[in-house]
Amino acid sequence: MNFSCGKLNNMSKRQKHGLIYILAAIVLVILYICFPKGGNSLVLLFGAAGAYGTALMFGTLGEILTEKSGNMNLGVEGIMYMGGIFGLIAPNVYEMAVGSGNASAFVAIILAILASFLSGAIAGALFSFITVTLRANQNVTGLAMATFGTGVAKFAGELRRHQVGGYVTLSNDLKAAFDNKFMPDFLKNIPIIGKIIFDQSIFFYMAIILAVLIHLFLKKTKKGLYLRAVGESPVTADAAGINITRYKYLTTIIGGGISAIGGMVYTMTTAGCVWIEASLAGTGWLAVALVIFCSWQPLHSTWSSILFGALMIMYLRIIVPFFPQELYKILPYVVTVIVLIITSTRNIKDKQPPASLGVNYFREER
Amino acid sequence: MQNPNNCAIELRNIRKTFGSVVANDGINLKINKGEILCLLGENGSGKTTLMNMLSGIYQPDSGEILKDGKQISIRSPKDSYAYSIGMIHQHYHLVDVFTAAQNIILGLDEKLNLSLVNDRVKEICDKYGFDIDPKKKVYDMSVSQKQTIEIVKTLYRGAEILILDEPTAVLTPQETDKLFKVLRNMKADGKAIVLITHKLAEVLDVSDKVAILRKGKYIGTVNTKESTAQSLTDMMVGHAVTLNINRPLYENPKDRLVINGLTVFDGEGVKRLDDVTFSMKGGEILGVAGVAGSGQRELLEAITGLYPIKNGSILFKGDNGDKELVGKTPRQIREIGVGMGFVPEDRLGMGLVGSMGMTKNMMLRSWKQGKSVFVNKKSPETLAKHVWDELEVVTPSTAFPVRRMSGGNIQKVLVGREIASAPPVLLTAYAVRGLDINTSYAIYNLLTEQKMKGAAVMYVGEELDVLLELCDRILVLCGGKVSGIVDARHTTKEEIGFMMTTVGGKK
Amino acid sequence: MSERISTPFIKLSKREGMKPAVIWSIRIGSILFAFILGMIPLMMAGANPFASYGIIISGSLSKKFVIQQTIKRAIPLLGCALAIAPCFKMKFWNIGAEGQITMGAIFASAIAIWSGPNVPRFVLLILMLIAGIIGGAIWGFIPGFFKAKYNTNETLFTLMMNYIAIGIVKYLQGGPWEGRQGTQIIPMFNKNARLPNVWGVYCGWIIVLVMVVLVHIYMNFTKQGYEVSVIGDSLNTARYAGMNVGWVMMRTMILSGAIAGVVGWMLVSGANGTLNSDVAGGVGFTSITVAWLSQLNAFAMILIAMILAIIGKGSATLQTRLNVPSSVADIISGILLFCMLGCEFFINYRMSFNFKAITAKFHKEAK
Repeated sequence: MNFSCGKLNNMSKRQKHGLIYILAAIVLVILYICFPKGGNSLVLLFGAAGAYGTALMFGTLGEILTEKSGNMNLGVEGIMYMGGIFGLIAPNVYEMAVGSGNASAFVAIILAILASFLSGAIAGALFSFITVTLRANQNVTGLAMATFGTGVAKFAGELRRHQVGGYVTLSNDLKAAFDNKFMPDFLKNIPIIGKIIFDQSIFFYMAIILAVLIHLFLKKTKKGLYLRAVGESPVTADAAGINITRYKYLTTIIGGGISAIGGMVYTMTTAGCVWIEASLAGTGWLAVALVIFCSWQPLHSTWSSILFGALMIMYLRIIVPFFPQELYKILPYVVTVIVLIITSTRNIKDKQPPASLGVNYFREER
Repeated sequence: MQNPNNCAIELRNIRKTFGSVVANDGINLKINKGEILCLLGENGSGKTTLMNMLSGIYQPDSGEILKDGKQISIRSPKDSYAYSIGMIHQHYHLVDVFTAAQNIILGLDEKLNLSLVNDRVKEICDKYGFDIDPKKKVYDMSVSQKQTIEIVKTLYRGAEILILDEPTAVLTPQETDKLFKVLRNMKADGKAIVLITHKLAEVLDVSDKVAILRKGKYIGTVNTKESTAQSLTDMMVGHAVTLNINRPLYENPKDRLVINGLTVFDGEGVKRLDDVTFSMKGGEILGVAGVAGSGQRELLEAITGLYPIKNGSILFKGDNGDKELVGKTPRQIREIGVGMGFVPEDRLGMGLVGSMGMTKNMMLRSWKQGKSVFVNKKSPETLAKHVWDELEVVTPSTAFPVRRMSGGNIQKVLVGREIASAPPVLLTAYAVRGLDINTSYAIYNLLTEQKMKGAAVMYVGEELDVLLELCDRILVLCGGKVSGIVDARHTTKEEIGFMMTTVGGKK
Repeated sequence: MSERISTPFIKLSKREGMKPAVIWSIRIGSILFAFILGMIPLMMAGANPFASYGIIISGSLSKKFVIQQTIKRAIPLLGCALAIAPCFKMKFWNIGAEGQITMGAIFASAIAIWSGPNVPRFVLLILMLIAGIIGGAIWGFIPGFFKAKYNTNETLFTLMMNYIAIGIVKYLQGGPWEGRQGTQIIPMFNKNARLPNVWGVYCGWIIVLVMVVLVHIYMNFTKQGYEVSVIGDSLNTARYAGMNVGWVMMRTMILSGAIAGVVGWMLVSGANGTLNSDVAGGVGFTSITVAWLSQLNAFAMILIAMILAIIGKGSATLQTRLNVPSSVADIISGILLFCMLGCEFFINYRMSFNFKAITAKFHKEAK
């Protein structure tokens, strides 16, 4: 089981990263050669993966933030579902109120973000109330949140459909605004990276910026340091006068909100501003798995989200002859399982979960 | 000295309860500037609880806290710092993956500027004579270094009143001396220092005044100069305790467990036991001394089959010939007929199941017996009732979850179960930690009883006095190595103390 | 000083020795509270909440036929809750019952599909049962193995195994086992592969009731059950007591998977008569609610499974009658679980209000 690990441990962090990038590059080149019709289709794959990857990235970033406080909210699935529907309903209501020609794309996007964030934030607050204040088991509460959130989302979706009497969706103008790949053409035309990096919607860049911001917050700011202390050793943080409850509540609420934006991004870009209940299924769970995959480091969530985004849609883009599509579709889940196994076999000090993850803190119990 | 302005903080008539347990009642205490006050009391006498009310961990149910004559309320650790009170807890409050500096500034309102912090830490260190590297990660530090960070942390926050909870429990005598030197420097600087302890020698050595608590009640404050070990003990325990622990001699002890060249590594590849060789004899209590973390836990767990062994042999010399124990699981050891009792340090985490009652906990030892797929509840029930009566365990029923019992009762349940089968080998780790004097003596007697029945008993302890009076021989561990094995009847505390810090113990 | 924490308006202390009657009335009270909260979505959907609850009850219990339908829903819920109970007792968060059911269903279906029409009914059913058990057990064993060996996160692992199992069914449905080309449907099994009905419902209900008794005995009176509860409380204690923790974990997951496999077998052989990708249909998740609400007590699960089946069946009726989306069932069961989780706090802790502190704060703010 410990093949290569011994050697890897002897290398510096930088060397290790270098090695990973080189390996990734080699894999890409091999793939490029193996699919003669196009490295093109591979580039297209990753370009398209950006959209789904963005949704995952938000989901993952939100959960990383939450877990940094020691709260393990397994309800991301439900939270992303809620973000997915409320992020659609808000601009939908707005557009119907002002009339389809008059709706401002900017306002619609802002409303979508706010509504989805709010829904996730409420879910985060509920989770915190039950686990932090009422001290219930985090695992079960998270599972309940997953059921509850998907239930609320489906319910809201149905209800809205009854109200508008048909599909809940937006006008074509607004749809285009949400999925607008606004970068100038010359950037998009850069070979390979143009399609992958510059042919993306605004949400992609927001997610990347968010990843950097969360990284800086955790590493460079006082509050970030305190937050990590809460997640690593709540007793210590408490003794130092850090308000555990406040940190746990705030990060879980904000984290829930960020995750929920992911659901919105999915509905508004990948799903084309239409609410299809089943299509979001599993995304939230993948996001939770990705948190482990990128070992609680926000910067890693960027590339890994896109990688998983690519896996999710690969069956559409890269056809493997004689391989049944339905089996192809389970590939990302198989990969996730393998990733889980591999990450669990390695044991590196700075890649461990926050030490108090999933454990509630009670001051009076010492 | 009796200047009223000299008083840093005053407690008046403090009371604190946890559920039905009264932890503190009617406590009056004056803490003066430029003075070291020792808070003396047995384990469980409420010393730590009382001080936790100054550090903001608990709030008193009733009573007043006065600072500079004004009543204050300390509702959080942060308030406590604001009133320049700093407490160094027994369990250090440090984040392992942070550096010393990051730990020091945790919870402060100031801007995050680590280079500035480093400078100020250096300044404090120079002033009082500490020695730490602010950039070092905590997981790379020794216990004494961690303690130093804790002290610097409080000073960094401008603490004028320092409370140290059993600071010497984890230190070597040399480190203790160093700590006391620093404390005297701080006292000279006008700080008020409170030392929680139950070690009389230290009290007499370092303090100016001694305040004594007994069973949550305030007994009185005396000047150290005017007191002796005997007078303090009398106040502490209420009645004079014969310090003599009964130590009968067992005729002609024979080797029971022969351990040879035992070497183990932990999960991170650090050597925890290094070529450990000794023997345990039937009819003898072998004491194990050492600074915390010298390999005591690993030794016990290796013998019981819980810790992976790299090298060496553990030979059990029974009536039916010798048996090698290395490479066997606890169950296999039991299956080859080697009876071993084990009272682990972590009672609820390793010895007992907290959510279960006495009966089901007794079952932990016997559940596997018999071919039936069902568990036999009868004999554990009988055993539970027996232990309940014999050891005077206080519990409403044998089904009452042991987690809700008091520490002493939990320990009685555990020890009772382990000696029930009269095992030829009995291993105990910190068997009296957290217990009151009476329960402690009850435990000593039980161990001696086992010894006189011919069992080979190991007593891993932290109080040298007890080791010296209870055991027949003492094995001293130092950094995972055997520093020496001495005859407990013909050794001194100083000799053992020195062996704890230096392998071999000779200069 | 600006950040005052834990101003003790409310003081908490551990509560000891509450009377069982009080404990249960708190729990029942929290269930009632959940149903009151459940009125909110009903009202949002424009329905009268009392009428809605009436319809939920009448839609699931009023006629013989609907009662049979409700029981049909309750069977897999109960069976599956029994499957995950030992895992949860061990604090092994198996949320992969869905996949284990599906895998059991696949294996059982394989026997049904490959067998000729000449295999006697009893033999065939037993063979299918065995196959179902094996299928579920394998699917439980895999995550159990890696948890035991490498401490791999079991929650996500078991979950991913759900998607994989369902993907396999989808493949079979559109590929090797497809009936008429292009239908994506596996044809109904022949008569011999179908479970007989007893009192109008397939005999699965008898089987799960038997399993309730067996699981109860297993959890409370056997050595293996004892091992499971010790491991759930403390791993080190279990190790010292000579328990092979890794093996117990794997064994419990095999058992759990096997029970789920039985449920899968009952679903294809009894409820549906064929296999489709929706065979588990969320049962694996809903049963977590059942297991937890009943505090892992096997007999309590019968009641809870029935309650959730009533809500599920009733809300389907509600949808057709009052146009309330049937997903309201998920919301209500979510709220139920939240309330149940929250109410344990009031059982374990005593709260006392510090009116002095409250008035002090009030005065301060008044200034």
